[in-house]
Amino acid sequence: MTSKHIHEMGVAELAAAIADKQTSSVEAAQALLARAKQHGNLGAYLAFNEDATLAQARAADARVAAGERGPLLGVPVAHKDIFVTRDFPTTAGSKMLAGYQSPFDATVVAKLAGAGAVTLGKLNCDEFAMGGSNENSAFAVAHNPWDTGRVPGGSSGGSAVAVAARLAPAVTGTDTGGSIRQPASFCNVTGIKPTYGRCSRYGMVAFASSLDQAGPMARSAADCATLLTAMAGPDIDRDSTSLDRPAEDYTALLGKPREGASAAQPLKGLRIGLPKEFFGEGCAPDVVAAVRAALAEYEKLGATLVDISLPRTELSIPVYYIIAPAEASSNLSRFDGVKFGHRAAQYDDLVDMYQKTRSEGFGPEVQRRIMIGTYVLSHGYYDAYYLKAQQIRRLIAQDFQQAFAQCDVIAGPVAPTVAWKIGEKGDDPVANYLADIFTLPGSLAGLPGMSVPAGFGAGGLPVGLQLLGNYFKEGELLQAAHAFQQATDWHLKTPEGF
Amino acid sequence: MSKQKQASLLVQGYEVVIGFETHAQLATNSKIFSRAATAFGAEPNTQACAVDLALPGTLPVMNRAAVEHAIRFGLAVGSHVAEQSVFARKNYFYPDLPKGYQISQFEIPVVQGGEVSFYLGDEKKTVRLVRAHLEEDAGKSLHEDFIGQSGIDLNRAGTPLLEIVTEPDIRSSAEAVAYAKELHKIVTWIGICDGNMQEGSFRCDANVSVRKPGEPLGTRREIKNLNSFKFMQQAIDYEVRWQIEQLEDGYEIQQATVLFDPDTGETRAMRTKEDAADYRYFPDPDLPPLVIARSWVDEVKAAMPELPRAMAERLVADYGLPEYDATTLTQSPAMAAYFEVAAKACGQAKMASNWIMGEVSRRLNNEEKDIAQVPVSADTLAALLKRIADGTVSNNAAKQVMDALWSGEGQDVDAVIEAKGLKQMNDSGALEAIIDEVMAANAPMVEQFRAGKDKAFNALVGLVMKASKGKANPQQVNDVLRQKLG
Repeated sequence: MTSKHIHEMGVAELAAAIADKQTSSVEAAQALLARAKQHGNLGAYLAFNEDATLAQARAADARVAAGERGPLLGVPVAHKDIFVTRDFPTTAGSKMLAGYQSPFDATVVAKLAGAGAVTLGKLNCDEFAMGGSNENSAFAVAHNPWDTGRVPGGSSGGSAVAVAARLAPAVTGTDTGGSIRQPASFCNVTGIKPTYGRCSRYGMVAFASSLDQAGPMARSAADCATLLTAMAGPDIDRDSTSLDRPAEDYTALLGKPREGASAAQPLKGLRIGLPKEFFGEGCAPDVVAAVRAALAEYEKLGATLVDISLPRTELSIPVYYIIAPAEASSNLSRFDGVKFGHRAAQYDDLVDMYQKTRSEGFGPEVQRRIMIGTYVLSHGYYDAYYLKAQQIRRLIAQDFQQAFAQCDVIAGPVAPTVAWKIGEKGDDPVANYLADIFTLPGSLAGLPGMSVPAGFGAGGLPVGLQLLGNYFKEGELLQAAHAFQQATDWHLKTPEGF
Repeated sequence: MSKQKQASLLVQGYEVVIGFETHAQLATNSKIFSRAATAFGAEPNTQACAVDLALPGTLPVMNRAAVEHAIRFGLAVGSHVAEQSVFARKNYFYPDLPKGYQISQFEIPVVQGGEVSFYLGDEKKTVRLVRAHLEEDAGKSLHEDFIGQSGIDLNRAGTPLLEIVTEPDIRSSAEAVAYAKELHKIVTWIGICDGNMQEGSFRCDANVSVRKPGEPLGTRREIKNLNSFKFMQQAIDYEVRWQIEQLEDGYEIQQATVLFDPDTGETRAMRTKEDAADYRYFPDPDLPPLVIARSWVDEVKAAMPELPRAMAERLVADYGLPEYDATTLTQSPAMAAYFEVAAKACGQAKMASNWIMGEVSRRLNNEEKDIAQVPVSADTLAALLKRIADGTVSNNAAKQVMDALWSGEGQDVDAVIEAKGLKQMNDSGALEAIIDEVMAANAPMVEQFRAGKDKAFNALVGLVMKASKGKANPQQVNDVLRQKLG
């Protein structure tokens, strides 16, 4: 037995402890399951299947016993309930899918399992990943462990809570408009959304197909790199939007100075672009202060700061809230009560069955987005809304390419504020949408993005630094985040009582 | 078209305008966006995988074979095969549509333009195509067998279809049927569709309207799911009469979708424009644009068979066949090949054509067989035709030889002729003896002929042929008899 508790260990430590037989996968899984259940009031998990978890852990232990070592072998992780799983129910946080059992595992889930990771359970999220506070979950409110009266962010809220409260060393999340980065920021967790198409979407319950991306969340950039290495890669036989590009080792650049740089200033030569639109009036001063301090740290590491502009940042909100609901309105049509999921108990005819099933099964935010999406795709409105939004989306992507001519990564806040109080924005969808302003541009452009713990703002609440890279620059982003985490300890801070 | 002909097509002074939409089921082994099998007639829901059921998390992946089929079609009808086309979602709710949308192509289809030509009588007619696009089929709702409920069979869901759309170039039900038959011939000829209309592999929708010549297009009604050529003609004829009656009675035609009921012979509206759905088409974000490299099109082109129309024209040019024969013989690649082998082997193209369209086809039809199952090879037929040409057997005797060959009674043409004693009498001495006998026994008839009654000659020929038991060469009988009657 090690001196540290299981839950105090990150992925690398735990994998090493299992490989060195200081602990076992079964022991680790049992400890984390017990802890997760003990902290059930945080609302992080939606489902467990202890038998399945322990069976996976025993299989991992058998591989260890046979002499195998691996960076994820035997390490317990948990999956956002957007990923379908054979051994656990999958709800996507919706009553519509209560009790739904998938006959197959999502590619991302299968790839992590293949690397020896063990599934602890399924994590709470906003219904169909629609939301930024986890308040849209049909099953449980998730609480931010830094202040349980506050939201953990969303939609991967349960994922962020599980990592922050040490209920899992690492988890999966999905990011459509900021759903990995924003909860990571709110909960002092490290998270990365890779380039669109890098992780297979097969087995992710679709929200907005052209934006949805899977990614890991963990306690460090290094652990994220380990997970992403296992998760990403081509899956062209099952997902046509999966990029046909060999998998990469995202840990390769970690701890290495940039080319021509030294160990003392490992990021020498790194140009960090600061979009002026990310630092204006719309961003809370405490957030700006934390981000500025983090950027000063980057300068110490050798990076230079460059002022840039992403002139269509504000437009990303209407553009996103046209495209994402449009795709969602169509993607969610399959939930009709005919084949699987919820069906109304009483109905008069087919149309009545559809109406009652969908009115009962979907929560208010999902219904709102289905209506918006249906509207913008309707005859006579398509050109003015959907088509126009697609045109602006292309311009936003072009803006990034111009910016990347001046810098290597783009940095700024993840969200304009720290985590807000549960219920605070409940009745105001627009207020919720505006909070996505800094994550949406990168999503619309399909770029990789991270949230890196950068310190604390008002009320001692975490602030995340957003790093955006050009396409396929996940390795460089992780390198830059890792260098920062070698120099600072923000990412190691744990909420009191956890 | 001449004014006269155009006028002859008018129905009670109205011009008929028809456009076609045909759904050809592509003969691929697996579905258009999943790996499930496409075979017809399996137990319900046994050929539907997670993708076809639209289970959460599933995604479509394009079947390359379906695209290749579309390219073949585009090449066959002289279309532009788009370098880049786009899949779109057609959104509507129906229980047999698992995703709540159908993946189709909307703004940019894979096959653009093109034309289909055919003969109606001896007149060549060309129908322009607007487009042909790839899409998936829906499942089936089964309303029988489930009291108060409906069953859903998703075996057909995701089956690849090519929807082929024409300009409104068709002017009569006869043209419509001729077009549909020609299209059917093309898709089966190039092997992209099995053409089975009963199983729904080739379904036609006809957009029908009528107008006074020179006026703008009338309001159309779409007759859905015409799955036999016979019903197609009946349905269009009924629809045209109905529309003209409506107009003559002072009513306006309402745009509508109608179904043909073969039992009553009538069309019946199933939905009108008012309840037309807004399908909210938009590009499918799960599928990148379909990119077809020029090199792929070239590859497919190199492997294309000679097309029926080109082949028919070649048969006319190379063998001197009439257009009718050439069209008939190019019903299928197997039929055409059978003709060409026989014609080349015997050197008697027209005779081969006659025999294939007559004796061979008649026997095949009687036995409900396909040319692929013909029991007499083209070479054997050629051997027989040679024996007619060289005077060994008469045409009639050859039919008896054919019977024996067909039934398997004999294999070798000469052996059968020998065994059946069907050889023509080429010994002029023996023939003269028979003719003398016949003339002696029928002196009054000889007299009649000499008195100027030509008919008597034919009767005498018949009597000679009979006396020779059919073995005499009719030409020779003619010559000798005429000589003797002097």
